[in-house]
This record gives sequence, C-alpha cells and structure tokens, in this order.
Amino acid sequence: MTTTTAPAPVAVQKRKDRSGPWLSLLAWVVGILFVLPVVWMVLTSLHSEADAATNPPAVFAPLNLEGYREFFSGGATPWPPLLNSLTASVVSTALVLLLSFPAAYALSIKPVRKWTDVLFFFLSTKMLPVVAGLLPLYLFAQQAGLLDNIWLLIVFYTSMNLPIAVWMMRSFLSEVPVEMLEAASMDGAGLVKTLRSVIAPVVMPGIAATALICFIFSWNELLFARVLTATVAETAPVFLTSFVTSQGLFLAQLCAAAFVVSLPVLVAGFAAQDKLVQGLSLGSVK
Amino acid sequence: MTSVAEKTDQGAAPAPAGAAGVARRAAGWARRAPLLPALVFMIIVTQLPFVATLVISFMDWNAYYPDERGFAGFDNFRRVFTDVNMRDAVWTTILLTAGVVLISIILGLGIALLLDRKFRGRGAVRTMMIAPFLVVPVAAALLWKHALYNPEYGLFNGALTWVWKLFGSDNPPQPDWISNMPLWSVIFALVWQWTPFMMLILLAGLQGRPLDVVEAARIDGASGWTLPHLRQYLELGALLGSIYIVQNFDAVFTITSGGLGTANLPYTIYQIFYQAHDYGRASAAAVVVVIGTIIIATFALRTVSSLFKEDSGR
Repeated sequence: MTTTTAPAPVAVQKRKDRSGPWLSLLAWVVGILFVLPVVWMVLTSLHSEADAATNPPAVFAPLNLEGYREFFSGGATPWPPLLNSLTASVVSTALVLLLSFPAAYALSIKPVRKWTDVLFFFLSTKMLPVVAGLLPLYLFAQQAGLLDNIWLLIVFYTSMNLPIAVWMMRSFLSEVPVEMLEAASMDGAGLVKTLRSVIAPVVMPGIAATALICFIFSWNELLFARVLTATVAETAPVFLTSFVTSQGLFLAQLCAAAFVVSLPVLVAGFAAQDKLVQGLSLGSVK
Repeated sequence: MTSVAEKTDQGAAPAPAGAAGVARRAAGWARRAPLLPALVFMIIVTQLPFVATLVISFMDWNAYYPDERGFAGFDNFRRVFTDVNMRDAVWTTILLTAGVVLISIILGLGIALLLDRKFRGRGAVRTMMIAPFLVVPVAAALLWKHALYNPEYGLFNGALTWVWKLFGSDNPPQPDWISNMPLWSVIFALVWQWTPFMMLILLAGLQGRPLDVVEAARIDGASGWTLPHLRQYLELGALLGSIYIVQNFDAVFTITSGGLGTANLPYTIYQIFYQAHDYGRASAAAVVVVIGTIIIATFALRTVSSLFKEDSGR
C-alpha cells in the first residue's frame, strides 16, 4: 500500500466542476463547525465567570484574564502537575527513542529472522486492554513503595509508546536507500558511523515526528496516572479531573485550565502535522 | 532495563563446536542485539502483569477484607459471568466503539472528499479540522460536559435560545443533553475528536491514489471510483479507531462518570478494582476481556497483515 503512494498531494489539482464553489463553502462550514468548540473554549476562558455562564451566550463580552489568574493562583496550584506531566512525557519519550531506534534497525535494515513476528508482537501489546495490567502494576507499586512516584509512570508510558515508536521508526528506516548503505559498507564504515552519517540524516524528520507523537500520548494519559499517583506525582490530566463535578461559577476557569493543559499538545500536533497520520497509523500510511 | 537486556544477550550466547557455527551464531546475535532491550522491556512491563492478573483472578482477594485472602477457584469468573453490570458493560463497549468508529469514518470520508479538492483556504480548513484531535482527551470531555452540554449555560442550549429569539420566540427547547441521551453524549464528544483522525487517514488514501486511474474514471463518467481503492484505508481507520476507542476511559469517566448506562469495560473494571477493591473479581474480569480481545484481535491482525504484505519490506 505504502510503496505505491508516489504522487504527492500536488497531483490532485486538475479536477474542477461547476459545484466547486458550493463544495468549497461546505468544506469551510464543516471546518468551522469542528473548530468551533475549541474557539469557544478559548473565548470562554477569556470571559469573566458571569459572562461565561449566560444563556444565550455573551459572545462579545469584554475579555480579561480572570480565568487564567484563578487557574494559576486560586486554590490548588497547577504548576506541580504540569511539571510532572512534562517530566513523564519528556523522559518516557527519550527512553522510547533510545529503545525503539535500535529495535527498528534490527527489524528493517538488518532484519533478524522472523522479524514480522516480532513486529506483530509489538503491535499485539497495543491491542491488549491496558486496564487488565493496571491492578498488578498497582499492587507491585504498593509493595515496592512506588505509588505516587513519577518514575513508575515513566516506565509505563515507555511501554505504552514503544510499540508505536517501533512501528513508526521501522517505516522511516525502510525508506533509507539500500545503495547508500552498501556504499557506506564498501567504504568500510562501521555500525556507529553508518548510523550517524547515513541513516540519521534520512530519518531525522521521522524521529522528530515519533518523538512528538509519543509526547502527545504520554501527556494525554489519564487512567494510569489517576490510579498510580496521588498528590506528589499527580499529572495535568489528573489535575483536570477536579473539574468533573461543577462547582458554582467555574466555566471560565475550566476553559482556561483545559486550554493551558492542551496547549503543548496543540503545539506538538501542529508541528508534527504532516507526519501525524503516519504516526497514528503506526507508519502504514505515508 | 538496558542492563538486564545486555546480560540476557551475553549469557545466552552459547559456544558451539564448529568455527563456522560460532561465526554464524555470533552474526545472528549481532543482528538480534539491538532488538533485545526493547523486546525484553516490553515482555517485562506488558506480559508479566498479565501473568499476575491471571494468578489473582483465581484468588479471593479484597483489600477491604485482607484476612480472607486465598484460593477461590472459578468463583471470580462465575461472578463475572453472572454479573449484570459486566454484561451491560460489554454491550455498552460494543455500542460505544461501533458508534464512534462508524460515524467518524462516514464524516471523515465526506470531509476528506471535500478537502481532496483545490480551493481557497484548503490548508486553513485542514488545520481547523485537526484541532479537535489535539485537545487533551480529559479537557475535551470537560469542555463538552460543561461548556457545550450543560442545560443552563452550555453552548448548545445557548444557541437554541439565540435561534429561537431570532424568530421571536421566548420559549426555546432546553434539553438536558447528558441525562436525555447519556451514551450519545459520550459518542458525539468522541466523534468530534476522532473524525479528524479518520479524515487524515482517508485523505492520505485519496491523495495517494494513482492519477491515471482517476483520469480514466472521469473519462468513463464513473462516479463510484474512489471506494475500491479506499477500502484498505477504510479498514485501517476502522481497525486503529477500534483499538483506541474500545479502551476509552477518559470520556466515560468525565462526561457521565459511568452512570446512566454508559459504563464500558475499562470503566467497569476500574470501578471493581479502584472503588470496590475486589482484586480477584477485577482480575477475572480483566482476564475475560483479554481473552475476548485476543479473539477479536486475531481477526484484526489478519487485516493488518494483509495490508502489510503489500508493503513487503526487505
């Protein structure tokens, strides 16, 4: 499937028909409808609590930063959870890259025997319900005194993203031209040199995309963070669950919180936009 | 983790008789070495817990009654199979997953077809479409629950009030969305997040198709030409969407807290374990779910490997 995708997006420009303007308008309408809740979230976060809870909505109410001020300094401070999320996401992503790159190398460039079986083993771990592994991990953490410890989450997030990264990396590594590898080995380049001078430059964009997607998945995770952490290692999504039950006038603050927590994902996602599909489809769509 | 893997690597290398054998084995291990850290790590972190789950599923173990821990035989499984909540959870999981996957694939296909044309602002529309997928799931669920669905000040009822006012009526309908249609409330919030994903996959499928086929189809005046080529992409979208959505916890937890018949399997098991502290029963439920998943996943994996064969690798 992926090898035949030679014609780039540019190729589909030739068609034009009379219904064109209407279809373009429809595309715009649909796009706006889909982005509307996000826009509404940002707009509400900038309203005062009183203006945020009106019916019909007070769209043109004056803007202020009250919601953000309340989120950052009222009651529980969100900084420790945000930092915990950052630590868990960044460290687990680094570990994932460290483990997945050599593994992908052994599954594509110099494949081991039965490399497809290994690849499918990695995929199969993604299909097993994570909730089934939750209890033993919890009991283990309890015994080992690792509850509410960010390192436990880091290890779990690494295992959660490793299959995705192995599949993605494999698909990027298999794009390295064989001739370049042969030329390198003719020149007597060792493994490390080949990796650094031949493979790395070609797959760098792929590694970056893999990193961003692993970061997003770790940042988003709720179930394990909720069960395995409490006050010390609490992550940003766990912090957000304090908004599940409504508490008087709190909509502006909630929207500010939702937006602040989503911001890193929005930035990472738009940065990885072109590789997003390839990553999420485990490298099977290029 | 790495050190464990390296030890395995060195320790397992045997010393066979023939020199050729040594060289061949050494080469084999040299090939395998880069793979081992990741493989060993995955086995330890993902497979061992399942073994533990299996063991606990045969135990009488409730954290509230620590003295009564012991062997329970098939009791936990009997309780799982006779539990009405579990059966409901299975059904809810199926409805939720199928609903979200089907609706978001249909919408995603329509939008992908719209975006597969050149028009002013196509990039902008694509960017707007992706945004919902990039909101943190809990944040998105909170947004839908409080800012959109809320019967008093949510955007939906606000918009109804606004439209009714436009036509001079002071009596707009103000439904309580979540109480009236709890499962659909969860489904719609998830469809909003997953349609962009389906759209991206299907758009890649549409844009990757060979141009000559398109030209030939247009000359023939055919209109249904996109579907056969897209079939693989549709299957891929459905498979990946199912993998992710069947495990959904965030939306169910946030929007309805599993109430009103929306508790799916992950949420139900979480409850048995986290609130009832019935470790034995939670494990038995998990084992049943894992077995069910293995059966379904075997079919699913067959689909992936059929996709995979065309990209034969090296």
